[in-house]
Amino acid sequence: MNKYLEIDHVSITFPTDNGPLNVLDGVNLKLDQGEFVTLIGHSGCGKSTVLNIVAGLLQASEGGVVLEAKEVNEPGPDRAVVFQHHSLMPWLSVYDNVRLAVDQVFKKTKSKQERHQWTLHNLELVHMEHALERKPDEISGGMKQRVGIARALAMEPKVLLMDEPFGALDSLTRTHMQDSLMEIQARLKNTVIMITHDVDEAVLLSDRIIMMTNGPSAKVGEILDIDLPRPRDRLALAENPTYNHYRAEVVRFLHERHLQKGLDQNDSSNEKEQAMPRDISDNEPHEPPVRLAS
Amino acid sequence: MNQLTTPAPTFFSERLSQLASALNPQKLLKMTIIPFVAILMFLLLWSAGASQVQTSLGVFPGPAKVWQQTQSLWQEHQAERVKEVAFYERLQKRIDKAVAAGKPEQKIERLRNRQYTGKETFIDQVLTSLITVATGFLLASLFAIPLGIIIGMNHTIYSAFNPIIQLLKPVSPLAWLPLVTMVVSAVYVSADPMFSKSFLTSAITVTLCCLWPTIINTAVGVAGVDKDLLNVSRVLRLGWFTKTVKIVLPSSIPMMFTGLRLSLSIGWMVLIAAEMLAQNPGLGKFVWDEFQNGSSNSLARIMVAVIAIGFIGFLLDRGMLSLQKIVSWDKNAILR
Ligand SMILES: Nc1ncnc2c1ncn2[C@@H]1O[C@H](COP(=O)(O)OP(=O)(O)OP(=O)(O)O)[C@@H](O)[C@H]1O
Ligand SMILES: [Mg+2]
Repeated sequence: MNKYLEIDHVSITFPTDNGPLNVLDGVNLKLDQGEFVTLIGHSGCGKSTVLNIVAGLLQASEGGVVLEAKEVNEPGPDRAVVFQHHSLMPWLSVYDNVRLAVDQVFKKTKSKQERHQWTLHNLELVHMEHALERKPDEISGGMKQRVGIARALAMEPKVLLMDEPFGALDSLTRTHMQDSLMEIQARLKNTVIMITHDVDEAVLLSDRIIMMTNGPSAKVGEILDIDLPRPRDRLALAENPTYNHYRAEVVRFLHERHLQKGLDQNDSSNEKEQAMPRDISDNEPHEPPVRLAS
Repeated sequence: MNQLTTPAPTFFSERLSQLASALNPQKLLKMTIIPFVAILMFLLLWSAGASQVQTSLGVFPGPAKVWQQTQSLWQEHQAERVKEVAFYERLQKRIDKAVAAGKPEQKIERLRNRQYTGKETFIDQVLTSLITVATGFLLASLFAIPLGIIIGMNHTIYSAFNPIIQLLKPVSPLAWLPLVTMVVSAVYVSADPMFSKSFLTSAITVTLCCLWPTIINTAVGVAGVDKDLLNVSRVLRLGWFTKTVKIVLPSSIPMMFTGLRLSLSIGWMVLIAAEMLAQNPGLGKFVWDEFQNGSSNSLARIMVAVIAIGFIGFLLDRGMLSLQKIVSWDKNAILR
């Protein structure tokens, strides 16, 4: 049976100065329409690489990505990406950033007035209608990420790809963003692949958690089905034994991998760099949340 | 596109608060009094130092002498203008007389074509230099900006052009001057030239030195566009043109202007030297003529020119800076 999105035995090898580096080795993953999946794994294992291959920004060396029974190998607005660092054009206002995407995707199918309405609609969806004319430099990190999400949603993508979308945010803002995302997801039923380092975030948001093995030659390690009813409420879940069980499962997986990583450490030269959590270096007001992944 | 622009009242209140902060006493002190004192000190030192220096043309001019010459240069300019007006009045009278006498059309036409050929004053030379530098600079920018964008966007083209640019960049434009002069006089032959040859030679020399900083900086700016933004453009499948206009150009504008400002200031310096060397009209020629002239006033007059050159160079740079502020999206960037 064909699934909505298939990541079919994807391998990728990068040429580096020290010879070829096999980052992914036969990553296999199938998604249903409307499914919310998170990728979790240690830093540097190749999560972003998987996402970029699905987005078409990178080409797999072997295997491929099939969306609605069609192979995809170049980027397109049907697979919208929300980047870790918002990547809004700093010279365009909030409105114009989203409008740029709307104009591009719907230039033939929507009239000017419709595109205007659609831009406003998507900004309202992320509660950013009050700052239409502000520049990205004039809004907070969380707001920027909202606009980035609005821009991605406005493309009406078949698949929404998010690479640590809240990684650079402080924990309070992150909580708000997760709630917003769940609310939007409940309304729009997008198919989402999201990368995260945060165990709670993964369990709270996902239908399935894909845990990746350590690189190089990373593959899908374990898949955890999260069978919790929606809408989910973070306060209620904190007491929920099933929730805590899932949480413990993910922590256990990462911890085991972490121990393995420790064993590998002797023969890996750039281990130090990989062990550093990447998202600490941001200039956002930051209160390091409990993070076991890095 | 912009249904909602900043309402006017906010704009005004912002302006007002800017004004208020400019009037803040501490800022006022920093902005006016301190530079004023510094200039005063400089003038005192200059005047004290100058009186110690004896040259074959007399004592090195101090500020007072220079100020006096500034005024006299201005008066000479005024006098020249008066003469010019008088010349054309006389000419008109002669034409009227010739017409009344029924002289042949050819002769009248020749009279009409007569131009006033008085001595070029200091002010005329300043204007000539300004027009020359502007022409050379605009010509260079017209080539350099598109070329820089193309080079910056494509790695292959970049590696093709890079060695050539690196080789040509350090060449002093004055080394080009003889070549440019020869080429212009060989190629630019026309019975009724629109520009004089000396003007073209100077302008092209300026162009040659204005090209490189703009090309290099534009290319660096274009090549340095945030990779994430380029990925956004790939996801959106933006066309080449939209990508250039919406992403590449805005993000490379700061670097582009760095190049343009560098170009203009180098161009201005080179122009003066080229005018001196080639005896082409302009401030450089004024300086050289005064030097050759060797009267007791010459040194002071050269000093006037030196100060004018510096002041104009400063104004040109400020002009570019204001332009950058208008064009740039990052209104908060500290530009100096
Ligand atoms: N273009 C490339 N050339 C060479 N090596 C690359 C390239 N892109 C990624 N890699 C390598 O692939 C590995 C996986 O990178 P990737 O960015 O996918 O990791 P990640 O799981 O997203 O890590 P993080 O959690 O830190 O974001 C890393 O070791 C990285 O050095
Ligand atoms: Mg990553």
